[in-house]
Amino acid sequence: MFQTQQDKLNQDIQRWGDEFGRTRSALIPILQEIQAKYFHVSEHAMQVVANMLDIHPVEVYGVVSFYSFLDHRPKGKFIIRLCRTLSCAMQNKDRVARQLENDLGISFGETTPDGRFTLEWANCIGMCDQGPAMLVNDHVFTRVTPDKVHDILDGCRRAFGVFATEKRQEYLV
Amino acid sequence: MHNTKTGPLTFGSARINAGLQHAVKKHRSEIIAEISASGMKGRGGAGFPTGVKWNLAAAAKDEHKYVVCNADEGEPGTFKDRVILTEYADLVFEGMSIAALAIGAKHGIIYLRGEYSYLRPLLEAILQRRRNEGLLGENILSREGFTFDIEIRMGSGAYVCGEETALIESLEGHRGEPRNRPPYPVDTGYLGHPTVVNNVETLAWVACILAKGAHWFKSIGTDKSTGLKLFSVSGDCEHPGVYEFPMGISVADLLKEVGGEDAKAVQIGGASGHCVPASEFARTIAYEDIPTGGSIIVFGPDRDMVDVSRNFLEFFVEESCGQCTPCRVGSAKLLEGVEKLSKGACSMQYLRELRGLGETMQLASKCGLGQSAPNAFLSIVAHFKDELMGRIAAAPGEKE
Ligand code: SF4
Ligand code: FES
Repeated sequence: MFQTQQDKLNQDIQRWGDEFGRTRSALIPILQEIQAKYFHVSEHAMQVVANMLDIHPVEVYGVVSFYSFLDHRPKGKFIIRLCRTLSCAMQNKDRVARQLENDLGISFGETTPDGRFTLEWANCIGMCDQGPAMLVNDHVFTRVTPDKVHDILDGCRRAFGVFATEKRQEYLV
Repeated sequence: MHNTKTGPLTFGSARINAGLQHAVKKHRSEIIAEISASGMKGRGGAGFPTGVKWNLAAAAKDEHKYVVCNADEGEPGTFKDRVILTEYADLVFEGMSIAALAIGAKHGIIYLRGEYSYLRPLLEAILQRRRNEGLLGENILSREGFTFDIEIRMGSGAYVCGEETALIESLEGHRGEPRNRPPYPVDTGYLGHPTVVNNVETLAWVACILAKGAHWFKSIGTDKSTGLKLFSVSGDCEHPGVYEFPMGISVADLLKEVGGEDAKAVQIGGASGHCVPASEFARTIAYEDIPTGGSIIVFGPDRDMVDVSRNFLEFFVEESCGQCTPCRVGSAKLLEGVEKLSKGACSMQYLRELRGLGETMQLASKCGLGQSAPNAFLSIVAHFKDELMGRIAAAPGEKE
């Protein structure tokens, strides 16, 4: 990481400390912000947060590793989570899964080499009457068919201009 | 965003904030008495009487108390809380305010599952409007000393956090590992203070009960299970969606409403619930017969019950917090067994052992997750032996 980027991360963490408080209960909200902005919680970030909250870094790691929406490995800018639970499974989620893997060229649990997409399984996301359901970051897609997969991915790809590095997803409505 | 709602969802057509307006005119003990008289039991599935819970928290002596709304809806097949929060969030916040008044809490937290983060802006906006209208903040509705506000906290993708002590652990910034009980949250909850944790639906009904009276609620349902209940219906039926039915409805009547009459079985209560075969469709959905948080998954005549059982066990293997052995190891062993079953490579002896293991998990696991993980498997073994036995006999050639 460039020094400047590390500085930026440090500053952000202090700012979130101001916002949520410097207590243990603020830990998860702070980690959620880091995850959302930096697409992962790096070892460096864990160390800074641990110092700020005056807890052992292992405690922070324990929390990051427990929750499936937090990760210490870099994730894609778009995290696709396809529901694999029973009601969606009964509505042919397997075919959607295959199409996602084919179109992205990765398997579940992997991130594309360009860092754009991560493909993951989710457990029931509360759309069981309209499956197969999946989340792309904060957006929910229902009744997904293999056919629709291409359009959804295309929508995501359009968010990346030549210099676009920030998360942009307004078009995903 | 789609919000399929197939049955009428009325919440007794309660007027928003009518319940809170009644509550501020009452003494704390009168509010709790009203809830107790209604017979209201927790709608998350466990069915603990809401009045009793509030009474315990009200009796605790502490300057800081908390009201927590459990919006960590994660039981497979459940989505009613999503619909309630999208369409009736005011009722939920109103119910939290009534709870706060009753137990003497100043702080409210709604713990919203990470998968529902798209609801957050909507909920923030409603909270802000309620602040502007004087329904949150200081001296609410001119009641001297009634100060209460609500903050939203997000979950991070862990089913086990729906368990109330795990939820509190998570709020405190820890891994969502359930605690030993006692002590109970009503006594030692968030940050060690008395805390009432109620399900989204419970809180919405609380507002309706205060608005329309305990007798109205009690006049619906059965003696032991009063009132209306929301059901999330999915699977092999014509009209999946959210429905509102009186407690005590029979499985057969429910299936008729949703267009699933030809079902061979119904999973009631999600992955941690029970699989009810067609021969038992006359049974009723109520705390005294089949209790449920409201997840109904319908299985048509062609569903493979071994697949069903495998999918649920995969879920538990993934979501077990790993803290205790019966659940962590047991779920994995059961899954292994089901995989063997589905290949037709499971002996009768082995099946018996699996059943024994499941029963041990029910007894020896620390929290509800592990205790209920084997339920679906055990009820499938009990009711669909034909399917399992058939495989055992039919597929010797497929052994690995
Ligand atoms: S039963 Fe399972 S989820 Fe519950 S505490 Fe034990 S390991 Fe964790
Ligand atoms: S089973 Fe897929 S959203 Fe519930």
